[in-house]
Amino acid sequence: MGGYMLRRALVAIPLLIVVSFLTFILNTLSPMDPAEVVLHTQGVPRITDELLTETRAALGMDRPLLTRYWDWLLSCLRLDFGDSYVTGKPVWSLLGPAFVNTLQLTLVSVIAVILLSVALGILCALKEGKLLDKSIRSVSFILTSMPSYLLAALLVLYFSVKLDLLPTNGMDTVGSYILPVAVITISYAGIYFRIIRSSMLSNLNEDYVLFGRACGLPERKITKRILRNSLQMAVSVFCMAIPIILGSTVVVENIFAWPGLGTLSVKAILARDFPIVQAYVLVLAAAFVIVNSFSDMLNAWVNPKLREDR
Amino acid sequence: MKRLRYLFNNKLAALSLILISATFIVGIFAPWMAPNDPNEVHMELRFASPSWEFLLGNDHLGRCVLSRLIHGIRPSVLWVLAALFVSAGLGTIIGFIAGYRRGRIDSFLMRICDIMLSFPGYVMILAIIGILGVGVENILLAFVLIKWAWFARIVRTSVMGYAELEYVKFSKALGVGNLRIMRTHILPVTLPDIAVASSSAYGSMVLQISGFSFLGLGIQAPHAEWGMMLNEAREVMFSRPEMMLAPGIMTVVFVSAVNFFADAIQVALDPKLRTNSSNRKYQSALVAEKMRRDEVA
Repeated sequence: MGGYMLRRALVAIPLLIVVSFLTFILNTLSPMDPAEVVLHTQGVPRITDELLTETRAALGMDRPLLTRYWDWLLSCLRLDFGDSYVTGKPVWSLLGPAFVNTLQLTLVSVIAVILLSVALGILCALKEGKLLDKSIRSVSFILTSMPSYLLAALLVLYFSVKLDLLPTNGMDTVGSYILPVAVITISYAGIYFRIIRSSMLSNLNEDYVLFGRACGLPERKITKRILRNSLQMAVSVFCMAIPIILGSTVVVENIFAWPGLGTLSVKAILARDFPIVQAYVLVLAAAFVIVNSFSDMLNAWVNPKLREDR
Repeated sequence: MKRLRYLFNNKLAALSLILISATFIVGIFAPWMAPNDPNEVHMELRFASPSWEFLLGNDHLGRCVLSRLIHGIRPSVLWVLAALFVSAGLGTIIGFIAGYRRGRIDSFLMRICDIMLSFPGYVMILAIIGILGVGVENILLAFVLIKWAWFARIVRTSVMGYAELEYVKFSKALGVGNLRIMRTHILPVTLPDIAVASSSAYGSMVLQISGFSFLGLGIQAPHAEWGMMLNEAREVMFSRPEMMLAPGIMTVVFVSAVNFFADAIQVALDPKLRTNSSNRKYQSALVAEKMRRDEVA
């Protein structure tokens, strides 16, 4: 157990280093000269060659790649991602609060996704083949095929405009969580409840169910055992869901003007504010690797079978 | 052939396939199919309701909605398909090398895949748009860059399941070349897995690209694209919500058809239905692999 945890943690470290290096060289892959971008975004009217060399030296672009990477990595570990090209403010002062906001949205959504998909999965598995099961599955099928921005627009149109109940943007009150969380939950619960349903159903055909029935155990107790076994599956599914949802709130955040990473990054891309984009990629990729490792560990803790291979 | 027939016995799957192919054909022949020029502006016809000349009405610049919808098939559906083919092809080649040769090459390739897959899909796309600039071709490039690793993983798992089988060992003992073994013995049996993986990835890719166009990071005006049409409709969402109908319904119907078709081939090709138990273990590995990347736009 401890061995597995240690191995899993050790795998994450080289991965983090490579990910950070890739993020770093993103900068050099850009077809545009960063010095030129800086001068452009600061609105310098006439860009001369001298000015370019000066800016390059100021940005430290004239040093070798690996030393630049090392310095960059050290400053990133101190949460110093440089300054925004556009506003000149330190990147972390913009990115930090946005990250917290995205994290809040993700956590609330993940909890909602878990509750909804476990409930629906159990309900559908118990009523397999009945009208309820079929109708829930067809509705979820259409909802998962719907772009989330369309779903968001429809919800806004109905709940905010027609009924005037919920705010359409920002995150000022608890009420402003409802719509974004609803959109994320509807899109993801539609995928995950099917996995829980099929794991419940495959458990139904296991020998222990037959044995329990043969022994005359009441149905209620058998259901409880199936549930316990399927919840293992549920845990592993949600361990995977957290990083995925964390990485894909971009569209929803932009629609509801949620002051999170998604909104910040899209604005930065449109303004060609490269340090923010770079920091965004680094922070989310690192978070993704870390959360993934934790969820693998959690998975292994719940399900001992997984500890053996890999 | 049996599997194909099975697929067509499922009426809804056949309907989905017809819908998907019809969309492809209309998209390929868009300039001849569209009744009007998609970019022709008629300011006097702003938000006009459907007429005989403009069957689905006109948008905020008086452009023909139907023609824009038809021309939008190309970026929304066809280019995504091309990106899917490229990444599936690349992933298949790499997956074959890794799964068949094993050893050092395998672990090296899989580490690269691990690295590629450690960036969340959306973040990777945003990173690439961030460097190379806004545009649909950069999103497609990003798709290829992310998805090949995913395909390679799936194909590798699948190839590994078959490469150890008796008939492959037998061919090796007979001295049949590796390439020939891969082509005649392994590729045909892994094709179903590739088909299932690509069809299930396709729906989410269509949704993602329309999502990025909706955010203004994808295709640029005046070109038509479904997500972009929805974005234009959003600006008048409160006064004219009906503008969202045409592109919205089109996207939902197409993606549902793709997803439904993907499910249907999965059922039609599921090894569990053909043989039992022997393939269970690797099948569950495949499902786990697929779940890891289930992203929604």
